[in-house]
Amino acid sequence: MVLTSTPSEKARMIEDAAVKGRSLWDDARTRLLRNKAAVFGLILLGVLVLLAILGPLLWVHDSTFIYRDRVQIGPTFEHLHIFGTDAQGRDLFARVLVGLRMSLMVGVVATMVSLAIGVLWGATAGFVGGRVDQLMMRIVDVLYSLPFIFFVIILMVVFGRNIILIFVAIGAVEWLTMARIVRGQTISLKGMEFVEAAQAAGVSQFSIIRRHIVPNVLGPVVVYVTLTIPVVILAESFLSFLGLGVQEPLTSLGNLISNGARDMEIAPWTLIFPALTMMITLFCFNFIGDGLRDAIDPKDR
Amino acid sequence: MPAFIARRILIAIPTILVIITLAFFMMRIAPGGPFDLERPMPEEIRQNVLAAYGMDQPVWKQYVDYLGGLVRGDLGPSLKFRDKDVADIIAEGFPVSATVGLMAMTLAVGVGTVFGSIAALRQNTAADYGVVAFATVGIVIPPFVVGPILALTIGIYLGWLPSGGLDPRHGMTLDRLILPVITLALPQIAIISRLMRASMIEVIRSNYIRTARAKGLSEPAVIFKHALRSAILPLVSYLGPASAALLTGSIVIEQVFSLPGIGRQFVFAALQRDYTVVMGVVILYASLIIILNLVADLLYAALNPKVKYD
Repeated sequence: MVLTSTPSEKARMIEDAAVKGRSLWDDARTRLLRNKAAVFGLILLGVLVLLAILGPLLWVHDSTFIYRDRVQIGPTFEHLHIFGTDAQGRDLFARVLVGLRMSLMVGVVATMVSLAIGVLWGATAGFVGGRVDQLMMRIVDVLYSLPFIFFVIILMVVFGRNIILIFVAIGAVEWLTMARIVRGQTISLKGMEFVEAAQAAGVSQFSIIRRHIVPNVLGPVVVYVTLTIPVVILAESFLSFLGLGVQEPLTSLGNLISNGARDMEIAPWTLIFPALTMMITLFCFNFIGDGLRDAIDPKDR
Repeated sequence: MPAFIARRILIAIPTILVIITLAFFMMRIAPGGPFDLERPMPEEIRQNVLAAYGMDQPVWKQYVDYLGGLVRGDLGPSLKFRDKDVADIIAEGFPVSATVGLMAMTLAVGVGTVFGSIAALRQNTAADYGVVAFATVGIVIPPFVVGPILALTIGIYLGWLPSGGLDPRHGMTLDRLILPVITLALPQIAIISRLMRASMIEVIRSNYIRTARAKGLSEPAVIFKHALRSAILPLVSYLGPASAALLTGSIVIEQVFSLPGIGRQFVFAALQRDYTVVMGVVILYASLIIILNLVADLLYAALNPKVKYD
């Protein structure tokens, strides 16, 4: 079971056979690129990210500028309000771009928070084992059964709605599964033959972790990160929808959807465009996540 | 079995205590209280009001008093509605939330099982792809998008169903619950279809199903008597998380369709800093989630002869 040798290493090993070596990641990349939905998701997401980063800078309208004479006009090419304007007379396309930027940012940052907590917790439990492991995982079990979103709501109400808190609060909610995954991987890797072989061959502890443990834990973690981002984006939108998320003048897709839902009878486009943007974004992440899982999970080979 | 239940309850008690403690202190360290008005009241009156609710005591004393009240089943008075207890407020909202939640759960399990089974039994046909596509869409589109869109199209444009609120005279009537229930159930239908499809595919490839077919059982007998029974197990263990998701989802649904349930009361109370109501609802939800998880585990054990109550 050679899962982790780099191309050069493996090529050296089997030089005589004159076969080009392929690492786990080479394999995974090939399989991922063969998955049409995932590639489509990757390209579309790339476009969305570019739009979110550069769009607000390049677009003709500013997301906060109020056109007093153009309140709630439908999508039109006149004045380039391609998504129409909102109830205050601001260009909706510009607002969707800014909202998308915020949603992606929350998604990435909060996921990183959950990643940090989850990996630390899971790896510690897995490495140390024994009673510590039992206690730590029991805590995770207990936290699983808490209605966490209620605590996030209370947090938002109690401490005011600032972005940092949103990042931390949502990240702190979503780390449980990550901890379980990392712990499971760590424990199963500890006993693997190739780790023992490396130890027997006198490889240093640090090299074992770097060469053998990390690459093998990384696969499932990357998959889970990709699948956590949309969950986090949804969680933020959920809060924004209740009026507890990002505050004006900042906005997120959830915020825009919430406003759109309020005005949908007179201005349906204020609901439809942010909702579509959000759905497309979530689709991308799910396609990529599913593709990555199929590509990395050795079970399906 | 009784030992298994007893141990689960023993774990549940500290869990609930943790929840109560967390919620209690989170609300109390908040800047600003329930009696901060636009125009501040005179200090004397303020002190009297605080004393009336026991809030002039040190925080730990309030905490102990609150726990004491809980043991007696007393959730305390609402801090915002002068003539109502927390129990009254919950009693008003709970029937609405419970009805919507139960209907959504029934719908999700029923439709999800059927969809998933059909997809598995007709794998790689149009029906299968249809279910998979539907499941993907259902998982990705959040209820706060589906809800307003359904209300807009079916409620307002087509005018087939009311788009929100309850009938002031008749209370919960079916026509006003259809849209909220569908919206709440949709993501769960999607997840359950996926689960059911995956497990059914695995089961119908197993040896004992081949044996059942080989000994000449009719196809319905094979599916309903043999396959479904073990294919449904992953679904049963998902019922716990599903009920938690439904409870969370109900907050949004009640907001979108303006239903007077506890989800909406919770958000309102949290914004108003009505501590006691917030605490009451959190405790109620947490207990519900823990109980439903326990029920799902017991059901799983009852259906799966392999499970031992170790």
